[in-house]
Amino acid sequence: MAKIIAARLLRLLATLFAVTFISFMMTKALPGDPAVAILGQDGIQNEELLLELRAELGLDEPIPVQYVTWLGNAVRGDLGESYINRGQSVAGTIGQRFPVTLQLALMAIIIALLLAIPIGVIGAYRQGKWQDQASSAGVQVALSVPNFVTGIFLIWLFAVKLEWLPASNWNRISDKGVIANLKTAILPATALALTQMAIFSRLVRSDMIATLQENFILSARAKGLSDRFILFRHALRPSSLSVATLVGINFGALLGGTVIIETLFAIPGLGFRLINAISQRDILVIQGITVFIATGYVIINTVVDLFYSVLDPRIRRS
Amino acid sequence: MAGSGKAHLRDEADTILRVEDLNVEFPAGRGRTVYAVSGISFDIAKGETLGLVGESGCGKSTTGKAILQLPRPTSGSVRVKGNDLAAMDPESMRQARTGVQMIFQDPISSLNPRRMIGDIVAEPLAVWGPHDEDKQWPIVANMLDAVGIDPDVARYKRSHEFSGGQCQRISIARALVMEPELIICDEPVSALDVSVQAQILNMLEDLKAQYGLTLVFIAHDLAVVKNISDRVAVMYLGKMCEISESNELYDNPAHPYTALLLGSIPVPDPMANIDDVLGDEGELPSPLAPPSGCRFRTRCPLADEMCARVEPQMRRVSDDHYVACHHPLVSADPVGDPSSEVTISL
Amino acid sequence: MTDVGTDSDRLTRAEHNEPLLEVIDLKTHFQVEGGIVKAVDGVSFTLDRGKTLGIVGESGSGKTVLSRSIMRLITAPNVITHGEVRYDGRDLVTKSSREMKAYWGVEMAMVFQDPMTSLNPVVKVGRQMTEHIRHHLGVSKSEARATAIELLKSVRIPEPEVRIDNYPHEMSGGMRQRVCIAIALACGPKMLFADEPTTALDVTVQHQILNLLRQQQKDRFMTMIMVTHDLGVVAGRTDEIAVMYAGKVVEKAPTNQLFADMRHPYTQALLWSIPKVSQPKHTRLNAIAGRPPDLISPPSGCSFSPRCPYAQEKCHIEEPPLTAGAAPGHQFACWYPVGSPENEAAWERNLAAGVPQTLAAAGKLTATEELLETINLADDTSDHEGAGA
Repeated sequence: MAKIIAARLLRLLATLFAVTFISFMMTKALPGDPAVAILGQDGIQNEELLLELRAELGLDEPIPVQYVTWLGNAVRGDLGESYINRGQSVAGTIGQRFPVTLQLALMAIIIALLLAIPIGVIGAYRQGKWQDQASSAGVQVALSVPNFVTGIFLIWLFAVKLEWLPASNWNRISDKGVIANLKTAILPATALALTQMAIFSRLVRSDMIATLQENFILSARAKGLSDRFILFRHALRPSSLSVATLVGINFGALLGGTVIIETLFAIPGLGFRLINAISQRDILVIQGITVFIATGYVIINTVVDLFYSVLDPRIRRS
Repeated sequence: MAGSGKAHLRDEADTILRVEDLNVEFPAGRGRTVYAVSGISFDIAKGETLGLVGESGCGKSTTGKAILQLPRPTSGSVRVKGNDLAAMDPESMRQARTGVQMIFQDPISSLNPRRMIGDIVAEPLAVWGPHDEDKQWPIVANMLDAVGIDPDVARYKRSHEFSGGQCQRISIARALVMEPELIICDEPVSALDVSVQAQILNMLEDLKAQYGLTLVFIAHDLAVVKNISDRVAVMYLGKMCEISESNELYDNPAHPYTALLLGSIPVPDPMANIDDVLGDEGELPSPLAPPSGCRFRTRCPLADEMCARVEPQMRRVSDDHYVACHHPLVSADPVGDPSSEVTISL
Repeated sequence: MTDVGTDSDRLTRAEHNEPLLEVIDLKTHFQVEGGIVKAVDGVSFTLDRGKTLGIVGESGSGKTVLSRSIMRLITAPNVITHGEVRYDGRDLVTKSSREMKAYWGVEMAMVFQDPMTSLNPVVKVGRQMTEHIRHHLGVSKSEARATAIELLKSVRIPEPEVRIDNYPHEMSGGMRQRVCIAIALACGPKMLFADEPTTALDVTVQHQILNLLRQQQKDRFMTMIMVTHDLGVVAGRTDEIAVMYAGKVVEKAPTNQLFADMRHPYTQALLWSIPKVSQPKHTRLNAIAGRPPDLISPPSGCSFSPRCPYAQEKCHIEEPPLTAGAAPGHQFACWYPVGSPENEAAWERNLAAGVPQTLAAAGKLTATEELLETINLADDTSDHEGAGA
């Protein structure tokens, strides 16, 4: 096991190197000069000021040198400063905003799984019966409605109509405690979860249908075990490999892709900040967040890969 | 000295196939090696059927495939009429291989479901000629007829329209169109029902007489192997234990493993004596780490210290009956017998 | 949970030695696109306590469907079941799956063909052995584990304390089948079904597993049904044998009686077609012409008639009932049973008329001619099959 993890870590480093290099090059390829963006009209007029700023930001160096410099700093935890909000460190921004996005993504995935597993299992168990058809229809709806529409509906229902929960804003656990935090987190997380739930439940259902044809399910039935026991203790685990893969991929995607919901609910998350930075050509912020999300992506997928061997002991051997 | 000796090999002039010191090893990950076939030697005379029997993992299928160089054996020679396939370059081997054909266990999956039967059987001709379709069809039709498939009915059909037994006949027809001298049959009847199995076995006997075929017949069913084979070789964990003319082998098994196999066959006779040995289901030896000396010794009731130390060599029991065992169940010539020396020096 | 009969009632039945199992005109049909597959079509028999019945047949004969129907394990939505399965006096056919759970594992258990796939690959052997012990007998986890170790010992698996924590893939095929047997025995069933229990195993392992089953059956006084395609497997290990063909029992007799005096042409043909080690090499086999019938539209009359060397006009039209022969317990369904003067006359008539399957059986056709006949016979049914597929 230790050997596997070591190999994984090595691969992680290689991946990170590639990711940072590619994203660095791509942000460099963005049209527009950050120095001009910072100085605005003044910069275009004042050539000297512009050159001075470029030198200060290191932009006068060749691009590979810029990358090596950036990488050297990044390894030490210094991701640079925002060009726009001078003095604001990129690492600090991420440190502040990442926990928010992480919580949102994590809650969304958990809510999605909690709904998807029973729905998928029932769909497979009652294949073709009304339970299956009803859940299929529900899943179809969840899949076709965009999550910001779901978000708006949830706000209307729980904040406006029932007045149970706040419509927007974010309470940090450190400021207001867990309950207040969850009150602001539950609606955006649910809005994100419904699409995920739809995809996950389809996957669980189809894998489960295949598993239920297996001989070991028949032999479990011949032992007189209850159907529920057979479904959840025998059939579920061998049916969860594909859903585990997708959880890994989608979790990573959520870390960078919750921006619409963050905007809708006015949540100070990472995605929100990223979009902001892109529109301002705030390259170091873009770069920092991209690298951070990519790292998260790779780590999550490594965890999922290791999780396979927990799901299926036969994988441990080969 | 590798393997189990060669006392049983005959004058090469009388044989069509001669396999010597065949070793097949596969990497098994983590630096381990599967010793699938270890130093076996045998030969086949023209028109003879050699049966290869043994339980799963004994290397019988690997041996069959190694004759065809699929994959190339780790070491050893495979000589078809004196030409060593293992030493050939890929192109001449491709040509030499047409003289050796193979029939597999699962008849349905060994036929391409998308192609028509007429084309499947003509496939080897399409590669080696005649390339003219009008010239191919009479050959194909003749072969289908020979295996009991109506050529005109089958020509434009696909494999799913035929039963397992019929698919196996089609596979046999495909193997026969190249007029091979040697056919390797790998468990050709084990996927079939008993009534169909008998049809195929009878047919193979007829085809053999008609076309002068030489067969290697690989199977786990000892009764089937006896029925079709002139000689039978018993394999265990990559080694050859015993080789003999068939009737003699079944009447007077010399190797304890052969005796164990024969004693385990369920006989369709309620009056037959069945022992009530229960046996422990212990760890069977693995081809990753085969036992030293005689590989069967961990399961052998007669094994002693010598069996762990010295690998037994093939020795003569009677004419055309050889065994590799230190304690054969019937008396055998001592090792180092002059006649076996002569054979080795060949 | 339903009760499976009061203790006193069952005790009386056992004391009066009433049969444990009575199957009465059982039919298991499957509704498919092309029609109805009559997998089991009117099977009746009784099985006494402590006895072993062998059910023998080729693929498609309905032997596996029959055993699963008796145990009520078939739950496909397109299944149609008729008839009665009286287990210890109670009809199982009318019971729901929920009610059957009180029988499965406790009253009746099954050992399946392929030990590679009938154990859950992701669950340790120990849990697979204890889960139903705990469920049915309500014992604690540690008690169940102790029972499981005892069971592993009784099926002769060395180091059971270690093996119990293995996953199935860490065991050999023979060892897994021993685990499957231990699982089946765990809750002390009175009736054991073994469905081709050794077909996937090597011959030396098969021998030991069959011996183990016999010993366990004796020790525990179980009633057993052994399903197999291999007459060799059932010959020395059953009290009675039922031979199935096309969903029906065509012959049933005490084992010794059956082998001594086969009356149905199919039973005879099946035995004759098997190569035997006692025969010298190159013995010509008596192959059965043709192939098994299409179960959606089986041939009219006797379903074996298209392949039978003795078949007469009547056989193609009228289905023979399963009737009792002279020997006690011997039943067969044939108008011209083997060994009767009618049978000999039928043989002579067919031979004179040049009926292909008769000529083939008499060895008067070469294998190729015989096979061509086979194909022609098969072609007659291929259209129906196409419709069924």
